[in-house]
Amino acid sequence: MAKKSIKVRAKAKGDMTTVKCLISHPMETGLRKDKKTGQVIPAHFVQEVIGTHNGNTVMTAHWSGGISKNPYLSFKFAGAKKGDTLNISWTDNKGAGDSLDATIK
Amino acid sequence: MTMKRRVFLKGSLAAGTVSVAISAGLLTPGPVLATWSKTAFEAKSVDDALQGIGLSGAAESSDIKIKAPDIAENGAVVPITVSAGMDGAEAIAILASGNNVPLTSNYVLGNGAEPFVSTRVKMAKTGDVVAVVKAGGKVYMNKKEVKVTIGGCGG
Repeated sequence: MAKKSIKVRAKAKGDMTTVKCLISHPMETGLRKDKKTGQVIPAHFVQEVIGTHNGNTVMTAHWSGGISKNPYLSFKFAGAKKGDTLNISWTDNKGAGDSLDATIK
Repeated sequence: MTMKRRVFLKGSLAAGTVSVAISAGLLTPGPVLATWSKTAFEAKSVDDALQGIGLSGAAESSDIKIKAPDIAENGAVVPITVSAGMDGAEAIAILASGNNVPLTSNYVLGNGAEPFVSTRVKMAKTGDVVAVVKAGGKVYMNKKEVKVTIGGCGG
């Protein structure tokens, strides 16, 4: 991955950590047509997003092309404290992916 | 019944492809057993999609809160937040009933995760946003209608 494709903000408040992440991805459904050529744009979307904290998978998201372009995901989990590392990784239907370690603030 | 059999056959074929992909090292299986279900994500109706991810037979419950706009001007980006009041939630699915492929996303909640998910989905036309939550072996659902001015799929 040439460019960072994930932005994560994780904030701990008491026992609860709120994670907000943005992934840059075109999220093509495979139903849209190219306006110029009339060709169908092939499906290209993020299939799986996984959030891991201390080796514990806190969130597994399975997506279809029905999620908006440059997807946003927010979730909450308990059991983490400030300074911990949270790993977010994604894989798309073409096998590409990225992963990022974020520090919980 | 014949239709169901078709769907089932398609599903088992799809599952075969996935396992081949895993053994070829193309997909890294995570620690969670649930994998991306091709059948569910290609199902054309809400019921078929829910069956595909094992969340059929949901009972309506007002404990599931769906935060979504009443009117979405741009169907390509509809912010949706789902939170559930019940304990022991294991999975959340968000569906847009008006879409070609209704199942937009399915979330498997790990250890310590709150039954809360917020994301942005595409909606082709006006329809119900359906949130399905699995908690303690039971399946609950709730829905909210969202009016869409400009569709976000196809074009």
